[in-house]
Amino acid sequence: MTSLNQITIKEAKKGLKNKKFSSVELAKACLEQVKKHNKDLNAFITVTEKEALESARIADKLIAEEVDLPLLGIPIALKDLFSTKGVRTTAGSKVLENYIPQYDATIVKKLKAAGVVIIGKTNLDAWAHGSSGENSDFGATRNPWSKEYVPGGSSSGSAVSVASDMCIASTGTDTGGSIRLPASFNNIVGLKPTYGRVSRYGIIAMASSLDSIGHFTKTVEDSALFFNVTAGKDYLDATTLPNPTENFTKNLEKGIKGLKLGVPKEFVTPDLDKEVKTGLEKSIKVLEGLGAKIVEISLPHTEYGIAAYYIIQPSEVSSNLARYDGIRYGADRSFFGDEAKRRIMLGTFTLSSGYYDAYYKKAMSIRTLIKKDLDDAFQKVDALISPVCPTLPWKLGEKINDPLKMYLSDVLTVTANMAGVPSLSVPAGFSKNKLPIGIQFMGKQLSESLLFQIGNSLEKQTGFYKQKPNL
Amino acid sequence: MKYKTVVGLEVHVELKTKSKMFCRCSANYFGQKPNTHTCPVCLGLPGALPAPNKEAIDWCIMIGLALNCRIANFSKFDRKNYFYPDLPKGYQISQYDQPFCQKGFIELSNGRKIGITRVHMEEDTAKLTHQGENSLIDFNRSGVPLVEIVTEPDFENAKEVIEYLKKLQQIVRYLDVSNADMEKGDMRLEPNISLQAADAKGLPSYKVEVKNINSFRFAEKAIEYEIKRQEEILNSGKTPAQETRGWDEDKQKTVSQRIKEEANDYRYFPEPDIPPLRFTESQISNLKSQMPETPNAKFERFKKDFGLADYYAEILTKERPLADFFEEMVGVGKKYDVNPKQIANFLINKNIDISSTLPAQLIQTILNSTQTEEVDDNKLGKIIEKVLNENQKAVNDYKNGKQNAIMFLLGQVLREAKRKLDTKVIKDKLEKSLKD
Amino acid sequence: MKIDVSHVAKLANLPLTHLEKEKFEKQLSEILSYVEKLKEVDTENIKTTSQVTGLENIVREDKAIPSLDQEQTLSGAKSQHNGFFKVKAILE
Repeated sequence: MTSLNQITIKEAKKGLKNKKFSSVELAKACLEQVKKHNKDLNAFITVTEKEALESARIADKLIAEEVDLPLLGIPIALKDLFSTKGVRTTAGSKVLENYIPQYDATIVKKLKAAGVVIIGKTNLDAWAHGSSGENSDFGATRNPWSKEYVPGGSSSGSAVSVASDMCIASTGTDTGGSIRLPASFNNIVGLKPTYGRVSRYGIIAMASSLDSIGHFTKTVEDSALFFNVTAGKDYLDATTLPNPTENFTKNLEKGIKGLKLGVPKEFVTPDLDKEVKTGLEKSIKVLEGLGAKIVEISLPHTEYGIAAYYIIQPSEVSSNLARYDGIRYGADRSFFGDEAKRRIMLGTFTLSSGYYDAYYKKAMSIRTLIKKDLDDAFQKVDALISPVCPTLPWKLGEKINDPLKMYLSDVLTVTANMAGVPSLSVPAGFSKNKLPIGIQFMGKQLSESLLFQIGNSLEKQTGFYKQKPNL
Repeated sequence: MKYKTVVGLEVHVELKTKSKMFCRCSANYFGQKPNTHTCPVCLGLPGALPAPNKEAIDWCIMIGLALNCRIANFSKFDRKNYFYPDLPKGYQISQYDQPFCQKGFIELSNGRKIGITRVHMEEDTAKLTHQGENSLIDFNRSGVPLVEIVTEPDFENAKEVIEYLKKLQQIVRYLDVSNADMEKGDMRLEPNISLQAADAKGLPSYKVEVKNINSFRFAEKAIEYEIKRQEEILNSGKTPAQETRGWDEDKQKTVSQRIKEEANDYRYFPEPDIPPLRFTESQISNLKSQMPETPNAKFERFKKDFGLADYYAEILTKERPLADFFEEMVGVGKKYDVNPKQIANFLINKNIDISSTLPAQLIQTILNSTQTEEVDDNKLGKIIEKVLNENQKAVNDYKNGKQNAIMFLLGQVLREAKRKLDTKVIKDKLEKSLKD
Repeated sequence: MKIDVSHVAKLANLPLTHLEKEKFEKQLSEILSYVEKLKEVDTENIKTTSQVTGLENIVREDKAIPSLDQEQTLSGAKSQHNGFFKVKAILE
């Protein structure tokens, strides 16, 4: 028996239109789920119950007047990096524990205009610094599939809120894997769009040239519906692409006959967890069965990705976090947590006089090579397929004292950020211990429609999205 | 002279654009209530991003062109990272290794060329005022466009520096890109002053930067004070410290500012939030053609086209409003046979307030005063008598009611006088005579 | 690769305790040792990539719009005075 909050965007839109249920009922079902499980899972930092019910009431009015907005009445959650006017935005850090923005991020404006109902602001690794969800100053988030395990990060709360049906979709950011990794750890769909396809204005910056603004949904079609709202040029963000947007659901059912998919051989190392490898192989079999051709390709500079990423990203982080001096807002810099302090120092060092050439400049050159590897690969194949994380979800506390070990969980995801290409993380099954495994499809810039097409084919064939955690 | 003076100058000019450099707050902040001209961008709120102002960039390039610089075909912004309460983001968006303009020059009246190292774009900081043990911050000024103009260390004395400053001020006012008012803070300067042996080659071994200079007069005093101070130190066998000093207006001397523990490491890197800029040759020449004429070009043209002496040309081209007014008068004057030299003479010697009159009106004034000559009253009386006697028919016509007859008589008076006389005066006198 | 943690912390305006400095020195040295592997790659003739969009000349018109009001601007201030933000004076 599916309870109301377990439905998809597509199902919700249909149900609301046909008056099967109201937006208020839908919102209440989600809020009820939050009340039941948030104490345990710690997915939300701030729950905006009053505002949500008010938005839902307005949505119901509009629905009655037959107004058609893309996400009218749909309950969503926002990663607590997204500035929300009048609503606390913490970045998961004590520095901003009491910070109330005086403006909405562009994406928040767009989503509100599309009619969403905002359930609340989700938990995250503070400042998006993390791959597990344990770096939050507001306590770690737990994996709903198995509560002693990490949900992945940094968009931990957003992933868990969707996986545990506290909302129907949620926003996230992906700088080195922070959407795709938690998506793959939670059996949900996570999109990292092309860099510049979605506005960053109003979203607390981590690494400016790497931050990609994306979202979590239960299905690939939902992901496309959500992307229809968020994609597009923004005059407030000079790095957004001017390319016109389209209806991203249009090629969903096209199938994948004749498509060429490449597996980067450097991504399938002996270190890869056996079950993760199995997840990949099973997915490949399914895709071949649906008519795709799978070939091996090479991304020769893969082994340098983490090193280059962990120079460029902290460098930009150190600069982006310089504004937090406690004068105009927030607390002073002593309130930064350990991981933030580490990255600020690392980045300050790699940009400093005498070291800039050897570190930052060097890393920027490696970035050119990594990008070229991908450009060359896309000459040969339509998209790439690979695992998302070399390991299965690990236990809370397991890697927390080894920063470098934690960083290495990003080895398969940073490539897409370094090159600015889109990547879609889709459920690929479960481990023996019922922990989710995901795979990702990477495409060249602006190829999200193709990624949805491929992901949808796999999803419909495997049906993993139908499974829910035992809460 | 045992030593030679080496001075380089850094000038900041605030542009008078409508909006700020990276956001759409009004840039017209002077005199406004504090913290009323801010937005997430210029306040450095979390998540805010910069959006560059096209007009400001065009104006920066125009300044570079007016200073004979080479304009970069490819340019970008960079982040200059340091911490200070007046810097909301903890970094200033500026330009480091690829500025918009480089390698220009400006010629002084003594024939010497001062090299312009670079002209680049950046954003202004907030305003800090001190109040006891506290500092008060107003972010209205944060983000206003600033153009930085750096010279080579080519100045040899304070007088050259002042001449340069006046020329630079004149140029930006001519281009109408800045009010360049030192009192209001939209033009700021920092000289770097050193001395070295008169026959020394290469750059001096140290330089002293002087801040807090608020007028051209103080700039001259500060430079002269520094030269003296450094001379004394060198004479005693020591080398002046490389440092930043502040000009103390009350004490009329430079004072050492507490030496910062370590030199600032600005950790410049390319600004990731702003795509780079590329200018084609045709775009640059398009900008050049849109530029108002520079003071120097106008000066030469006035001399050549209007035959004006240096003295007159210089006064008339000192400020653009007067130069424009003068040229309009020349245009009107052509139709009425009033030549540019007359106009120049008139404008300069009569101390006219051009804001309360029109060019055409002044031409009329010139005509009125030059067209009529003075004539002896007796002589005029005799001429009128003669004319009336010789033109009885017209006199009778007038007495019988034909008003126009007086105009005929007027013409006859003028013919007889063979001079340009004030027609009103004649008419009055005729009327009087005809009454009798 | 040894890192001068005190110097870097000062540049980064981060107040660190003695214990923190020790801890971070060890962890940062490990990370820096790892990234040394980039030396293996010859990047002599490779251009740097600082942006991946390929965009150029993104500029906007010089038009002003209303700003935040004073209350909004000061809403996050810990300390204010007559419409100004207030901080302890920095010694020059």
